[in-house]
Amino acid sequence: MSEKILELKNISKSFSNLIANDSVDFDLKKGEIHALLGENGAGKTTLMNILYGIYKPDAGEIFLDGKKIVISSPRDAIENGIGMIQQHFSLVPSFSVVQNVALGLKEMGIIPDLSKIRKKIIELSDRYKISVEPDAKIWQLSAGEQQRVEIIKLLYVKSKIMILDEPTAILTPQEAKGLFETIKEMTANEASVIFISHKLKEVLEISDRVTVLRHGRVIGTVETKETNENDLARMMVGRDVVLKTDKKPSHPSKPILEIENIHVMGDKGIEAVRGVSLEVRGGEILGIAGVEGNGQRELGEAIYGLRNYTGNIFINGSKVRPGNVLERIKNHVAYIPQDRKADALCGGLPVYKNLFMKAFSSPIFSFNPYFFYPEKLKEPSEKVVKEFSIATSSVDQEVKFLSGGNMQKVVLAREIKSHPKLIIAVHPTRGLDVGAEEFVYNVLLAQKEKGTAILLIAGDLYEIFNLSDRVGVLYEGQIIGYSEPDESHIEEIGLMMAGVKK
Amino acid sequence: MKIKFEKKSTKPSKMSIFISSLISVLIALIFLGFIILSLGDDPFEAYWQLVSWAMGTVPGLIQSLVSMMPLLFTSLGVLIAFKMKLWNIGAEGQFQMGAFAATWGALYLFPNIHNPWVMIPLLMILGAAFGAFWGFLPGIMRAYLGVNEILSTLMLNYVAIYWVNYLTYGPWKGAGSYNFPITAKFPQSAILPQYGSGGLNFGIIISIIMAFFVLYLVKYTKFGFHLEIAGDNLRAGEYAGINVKKLIILAMVIGGAISGIGGMAEMSGVLFRLQPNFSPGYGYTAVIIAWLARLDPIATIVVSFFFGALLVGSQQLQLFMQIPSSLINAFNGILLFSLLASEVFMRYRIRVVRS
Repeated sequence: MSEKILELKNISKSFSNLIANDSVDFDLKKGEIHALLGENGAGKTTLMNILYGIYKPDAGEIFLDGKKIVISSPRDAIENGIGMIQQHFSLVPSFSVVQNVALGLKEMGIIPDLSKIRKKIIELSDRYKISVEPDAKIWQLSAGEQQRVEIIKLLYVKSKIMILDEPTAILTPQEAKGLFETIKEMTANEASVIFISHKLKEVLEISDRVTVLRHGRVIGTVETKETNENDLARMMVGRDVVLKTDKKPSHPSKPILEIENIHVMGDKGIEAVRGVSLEVRGGEILGIAGVEGNGQRELGEAIYGLRNYTGNIFINGSKVRPGNVLERIKNHVAYIPQDRKADALCGGLPVYKNLFMKAFSSPIFSFNPYFFYPEKLKEPSEKVVKEFSIATSSVDQEVKFLSGGNMQKVVLAREIKSHPKLIIAVHPTRGLDVGAEEFVYNVLLAQKEKGTAILLIAGDLYEIFNLSDRVGVLYEGQIIGYSEPDESHIEEIGLMMAGVKK
Repeated sequence: MKIKFEKKSTKPSKMSIFISSLISVLIALIFLGFIILSLGDDPFEAYWQLVSWAMGTVPGLIQSLVSMMPLLFTSLGVLIAFKMKLWNIGAEGQFQMGAFAATWGALYLFPNIHNPWVMIPLLMILGAAFGAFWGFLPGIMRAYLGVNEILSTLMLNYVAIYWVNYLTYGPWKGAGSYNFPITAKFPQSAILPQYGSGGLNFGIIISIIMAFFVLYLVKYTKFGFHLEIAGDNLRAGEYAGINVKKLIILAMVIGGAISGIGGMAEMSGVLFRLQPNFSPGYGYTAVIIAWLARLDPIATIVVSFFFGALLVGSQQLQLFMQIPSSLINAFNGILLFSLLASEVFMRYRIRVVRS
């Protein structure tokens, strides 16, 4: 663990007016796990995309084993032994695991010998203790299993350098643990790993060294042994972050959301929510904990009217119809979905149009439907962009060119600005860094103070502890029990998450 | 040596869009030249024939404007659906249904109306209604059954074309047409105001007004804003409280109505009688025009005029050089290909790398 196998020198890259990387230096030693830590939009993914040949740097050089190389496509990167697992997997859903592994291989002839590949996959999964079913189709696999397929793909082509971009974002804690074991196994076999993350805890747990990026610049590189959570947080955001929120006692008023025995179908035709009843009052936050895939997404979509259900939902005392989003919006319901890019944003439209996407459905606006001047939305949008400190070159910038955290801020800004009486937030801080996370927490707590009812559906228990007044646990589509949101009840909540009733 | 495609991180500028469109037209013209060369004719003389009359003389320009009209209506019709990424290629059928409806009204429904101020609006409404219906069918099938609108609009074109054929060869064959498959001539009350003898008529003015109406519709109304949102991300549209199913149907219906009015205007303004093959495929050329104009209603006026002139020019080719005028279809095809290819050049940076 001494010689440098990879060195990036003075890498710079900018997108129109936004500087994503500003003369970044980075190096990787053989067999080490080097974490790249930073807030969303700090330039971590951009830097790695340059290394992987997706972007071309404006300036800077890359050295591999001391030799200068030019990487101009992922194919070049793979040939140089560099592999990357992106946040969004590059797998063909209708193909099997074997077929997906075969896809990227160079030595494949016209008719690939799949049985040979299959054999090698099994060999690799034994050696690295990665359980994959070689003949399963990708669409049948969970996100965690799909990630393992991506890892197998890298191992198959004998990548020496593996880049993992936010690998734990989609994993359950158990799956994350398994991933860490795999990573350690890989480094024991001479591979080196670049681990991109914004989660301090896991970076401290897994890495040997940490490089912190902020606003596209390297703030510093430290040995993991010699640092701690507070130091890293300060490096990341340039100030001390209060990870513990200042939760004031709540004064719940009348019930805003009442749900009576709803049943919701999931995408695969299986009932995902099986008889949930709950109540959220104005001025309180009800946290819904649970392992992902227990009906969280379906519950959120049903309440917001995106999904059909049987049973009754009352908002502010009046019954709303299933599958009618407009009715929810008119009743001041805001929704922050799990997958904001796919569900709540128009990537090809400018920021200002996204901020006013509900111009004709939200009761707070009264635009004339026959004389509508989108240009006039720019000025108020600029104020919102400032208020929520959305990092964009202008309000004309297309949303797809923003970073994940800034996309979430666009959604949040739009929803909060609509003066909601009820907020449904599903994994609102997923994929966000400490700074943005704190921002979201403060916004939600301020809304609670104002008397808004908030239903917080989240996977992260600390998030629920930090925010909510009560916590319910969703297990296999049912609320299995309620508990107090503090750490003394973590055992009890954990048991409920595993399906053990109180 | 390898060729690399690198995705650009910004959207293409207006200038690069314009230049790439221009290059596409040039490429298509060069190809056309080679085809003409292979027929044993002089391409440069052909280019000259193509433009000199249609764009260089007053009667030629008038003819070009007359050919522009149906192209402009149908292009505006498809443009609305394209904004929502609905691939409506049914303008041809909607146009034919509009022409059918106008003929039906003028000759059979209202034979006793002699006042053009009553007759013309009635025919326009009738043409719009039938064009709209021809858009409504694929719209409702797409919205509620998920039927691909490309197939349904394409197939409905044939239904409309054969319906017109049936009527003109059969029950509607005009008295005194000496067994030719044409209907009787429209009564005077059903004919749009004419200016001079070159075919210049009020329909052209309506088509240009329509372009401005469509500009207003897509840019300055709730409908247009919702088209833009749903066209970019359908799920986000639903999330924003937009009734996406209704919007799909509405976009198809409005587009169909505009193409239908086009069919009516072609009858009442230019031909005055229904006959088979009265459209040289205006509705298909419309798809290319809308693309070339990048879905901008005002640019559509200019591009439609250009294609109208090309159509007139191709008739000149046939007349003076005995080159089949259907060659223009080959030109249209090549143009569409180069346009689609130019998209790649605008969105990606292409580099040649030595390996």
